[in-house]
Amino acid sequence: MARVVVDVMLKPEILDPQGQAVQRALPRLGFDGITDVRQGKRFELELEGPVDEAALARIREAAESFLANTVIEDFTVRVEAEGEK
Amino acid sequence: MTIRVGVVTFPGSLDDHDARRAVRIAGAEPIALWHKDKNLQQVDAVVLPGGFSYGDYLRCGAISRFSPVMESVIEQAQAGLPVLGICNGFQILCESHLLPGALTRNDHLHFICRDQKLRIENTSTAWTSDFEPGQEITVPLKNGEGGFVADERTLDMLEAEGRVIARYLDLNPNGSRRDIAGISNAAGNVVGLMPHPEHAVEPLTGPTTEGLPFFTSILKRLVNA
Repeated sequence: MARVVVDVMLKPEILDPQGQAVQRALPRLGFDGITDVRQGKRFELELEGPVDEAALARIREAAESFLANTVIEDFTVRVEAEGEK
Repeated sequence: MTIRVGVVTFPGSLDDHDARRAVRIAGAEPIALWHKDKNLQQVDAVVLPGGFSYGDYLRCGAISRFSPVMESVIEQAQAGLPVLGICNGFQILCESHLLPGALTRNDHLHFICRDQKLRIENTSTAWTSDFEPGQEITVPLKNGEGGFVADERTLDMLEAEGRVIARYLDLNPNGSRRDIAGISNAAGNVVGLMPHPEHAVEPLTGPTTEGLPFFTSILKRLVNA
């Protein structure tokens, strides 16, 4: 079984108030030196068949039309190697 | 002739009853539509109500946008059917690409619930013609993800084409770009609005009755058609 990971992040120009709230909380907890936090989403898709170009093309289509809203979000698609967590 | 206005119920819709009541108070016949049913029952207009359809999973409106009823709504809206999306309905219209831009988490991160002052900026759309140009109204507003965003070019286009139909006054409650509370499509038949006019249609339950013209506008438009 193969796993494909789709990461979705707000575009850089879109305000991320959740990420900002996390960033503001970090120094209070003693985690210094972190200048910016952006919060995103990770989708792990388990595939029935092999991860070939056709399968990846379909996943990109799903990411573009459904998993991400490309008006405000960017996405990346990558295949997770065997045994990787 | 009785004007029939459909109100869609999705799993997680909250304001479908109030929307139907507003339609009735305005003098039209409300028709309950179900998210799984492609058949719009030949209604003359559609309201997508507020709430948290599909629990706001993935993104607000993202899953509703692919429901069977929306296939018909999108197709008929493109052919001129008047559609009003309120709050979650506005989010669904943006996710459907019937309206540009997107609604994002309030910049202050809090859910907000208040009586909100607005200025009606365009009275030529299907849903705003019963207002006076520049009319100021107060209706309830309640959202967690109501910040309207779009790129500068899209914002400029909306402004230039008069498609900002309502703007927040006194206070921007959610970080919306350019104080935008509602927009329309180019043809003016599709309108999305973050505040809730359906909660301001009678004195007993609303802060005002100033939401009512959204619903009487559509009647006037359809009767004169």
